[in-house]
Amino acid sequence: MDPQPVLEVVGAQLRFAGDTALSDVDFRMFPGEVHSLMGENGAGKSTMIKAITGAIRLDAGSISIDGNPVSFSTPAAAQRAGIRTVYQEIDLLPNLTVAENVMLGREPRRLGFIDWRATRRAAREALRQVGLELDPDSLLSSHSLAVQQLVAIARAISTELRILILDEPTSSLDQDEVAELFGVIRELKSRGVAILFVSHFLEQVYEICDRVTVLRNGSMVGEYLTTELLRIDLVQKMLGRDIAELDPETRSTAPLPESDRRVVLSAVDVGRAHRIQQTSVDLLAGEVLGMAGLLGSGRTELARILSGVDPTETGRLSYEGKQRHFAEPREALAVGVAYSSEDRKHEGIIGELSVRENILLALQAEQGWVRRIARRRQDELTASWIEALDIRPANPEHPAGLLSGGNQQKVMLARLLALAPRVLVLDEPTRGIDVGAKIEVQRLISDLAATGMSVVFISAELEEVLRVSDRILVLRDRRAVAELDPETLTVDMLLAIVAKAETDE
Amino acid sequence: MSAATPATGTALSSLRKLIQRRVSWLPVGAALLILILMFVAGQSYFGRFLTPRLLSSLLVDNAYLVVLAAGMTFVILTGGIDLSVGAVMAFTGMLAAKLLSTGVPTGVVIPLMIASGAVFGLVIGVLVNYFDVQPFIASLAGMFLARGLCFVVSLEAVQVKDTTVLGLQSTKLGTFEWYITPTGIIALLVIVVAAWVLGYTRFGRTVYAIGGNEQSARLMGLPVARTKVLVYVISGVCAGIAGLLFTAYTAAGYSLNGIGTELDTIASVVIGGTLLAGGSGYVIGSLVGVLVYGVIKVAITFLGADSSWTRITIGILLLVFVVVQRVLVARGSRR
Repeated sequence: MDPQPVLEVVGAQLRFAGDTALSDVDFRMFPGEVHSLMGENGAGKSTMIKAITGAIRLDAGSISIDGNPVSFSTPAAAQRAGIRTVYQEIDLLPNLTVAENVMLGREPRRLGFIDWRATRRAAREALRQVGLELDPDSLLSSHSLAVQQLVAIARAISTELRILILDEPTSSLDQDEVAELFGVIRELKSRGVAILFVSHFLEQVYEICDRVTVLRNGSMVGEYLTTELLRIDLVQKMLGRDIAELDPETRSTAPLPESDRRVVLSAVDVGRAHRIQQTSVDLLAGEVLGMAGLLGSGRTELARILSGVDPTETGRLSYEGKQRHFAEPREALAVGVAYSSEDRKHEGIIGELSVRENILLALQAEQGWVRRIARRRQDELTASWIEALDIRPANPEHPAGLLSGGNQQKVMLARLLALAPRVLVLDEPTRGIDVGAKIEVQRLISDLAATGMSVVFISAELEEVLRVSDRILVLRDRRAVAELDPETLTVDMLLAIVAKAETDE
Repeated sequence: MSAATPATGTALSSLRKLIQRRVSWLPVGAALLILILMFVAGQSYFGRFLTPRLLSSLLVDNAYLVVLAAGMTFVILTGGIDLSVGAVMAFTGMLAAKLLSTGVPTGVVIPLMIASGAVFGLVIGVLVNYFDVQPFIASLAGMFLARGLCFVVSLEAVQVKDTTVLGLQSTKLGTFEWYITPTGIIALLVIVVAAWVLGYTRFGRTVYAIGGNEQSARLMGLPVARTKVLVYVISGVCAGIAGLLFTAYTAAGYSLNGIGTELDTIASVVIGGTLLAGGSGYVIGSLVGVLVYGVIKVAITFLGADSSWTRITIGILLLVFVVVQRVLVARGSRR
């Protein structure tokens, strides 16, 4: 009954640094259909995409196009077969112009030389198709990430296109831009292009996709039509657990008795010019202080002051009743204040080092590099953290850069926790990781607070802030505007407070 | 700015747009500005500095460096470096002098020089691309190899008496004041061809793409491997041509020729506005960089100061340029 798939992968198998990345996965795409690959971080989505686009080679299994077996050794080979990819991290060249980024590698030529006039014209045409009116001669780096994303899509669709792969294309787009993108996808669909759309956003998947293939831990769970698959079932298949068991009460442990709730960290009128206005806040032992606010509200800036990463310009900061002036993060670490950056790629994980080395980095630094931690002790510590945080794959020697986002986050947490901090400041610890890992991180935070640790928790997801925090500090326009008790709040109420200024002014 | 009429307003904004579009030309403009300032300063200080003869000799005396800088620009644009060019230039010159002295015809020797330069480049390129050796190390190995081979050819300087080769330098076309030699013409030709290749061929644009982000270039389906090898071959070919020009210039092959020339070349390219990190720069800039270098040399001679001051001045200029580049790059990434 089904028409012939344009792309068919059968029995895909791949091992990566000793771990199974894909095992026996089937995948097919039909012309004029939008297909989604769903799964948690580390389920094998990215690996599958890389196999289809020729970035890596499968150990076993076959890929065929129009029923003819193919084997791509390079991305260029896959592109010649009409497969185009827009990657999650924008893979364009900031040093070149928009026109070149669209046309690079297939510029129209006259007598063997690039015809720049025709190149610009073709680029402008491709940009118009994705709804962009740009100066093709402007440098790519002069545009916002969202525009760059659309330029990447313009590049992909301006060619002989049969299969388009969009890996998390909407993560940097706003609502209108997403609608624009969906318009482009529908247009391509009607032209008979097969589209692979990968996204964390379930609503978007249900809006645009016809078919989903669910992966879990590198294995195939199944292929379904979106119309025949309930959302709750999809999530359950992705997680492989019962939702009921997974979610309900994150704060499972009893809070500390009132008498133990002393002030651990106290900030009075701290602030930095142009970053965060003077703010005062106390942090109690064993509490989770949530910070809610939009991007640019000053939430990260305040967190960095509290954790001694950036020094405060005004007011004072005291820790355990003693006034402190942290000139650099190590001084804060020395008294037990640890900070986890929102930018884990640049300020956190060192991809080339193993999981073990990443976890022990801070501990070793604290001890001083002369007093090396014995190898046996290292292995013990690493094993215990891997188990405690359920880091996957559970291999201490796995390069940290190859882990999924959620697992990298856990490694970051393990590194800080190994220092046994009294105060833990977490800036968006759950960003870009999937539902299952999010809930694990949330639960971990609650458990830590129950042991008496004080946690500052920042998240863009208000629902999450509400669920995890004992107290919520709302920031807006670079200052703290309210301190709230989550018991009396709903997400909608919190949203109204966070967003107020935007509508008022 | 309330006094500004709409006309000047739009003129300003279109000027800003022009600058924004051509922001990558800024460093070249800066180098050109420095060159002009040096001319002006020299003229006002020495009085008889800015003469047609000086301008003519500037190109002719530095023809070999211009050619080396053109080749080096390709390599640096990909984010690489080629330390071998000075030694390869010496080796090809040495080889040519030896072969010519044993009676091998010029028509065979010249292609052989260029080919041997290309082979050095090919070996370095293959090491860099397929064996993942750092460009610094691979070309350092090439440098030692070429220098060593110089001594194998001959320990002493070998005189060149071949009239065709010598004629490249001694034939002066033009007037007594404004003149150019075939070596100068070759150098300019190399610049024009190099600029054309970088600006108007897919290969040239791939060079820029690799310098921008090699991984992205690969994912875009560009022929990264081939291009990376080819830039070193081009640099090698340029070293071969430079060997010919330098031999014509000094009328001899000598195994200690061109020691440190690779560094002069890199300095010229960087002063000419090419980012050492790759992805941005122009061959024209490199030409300007060489001229800046040449003027400094002449000015030091005019002053009668020790020639080590040339190096000191170049060092300071280089430092300033690298810092300025750093600032430009930092500002770009902040956006």
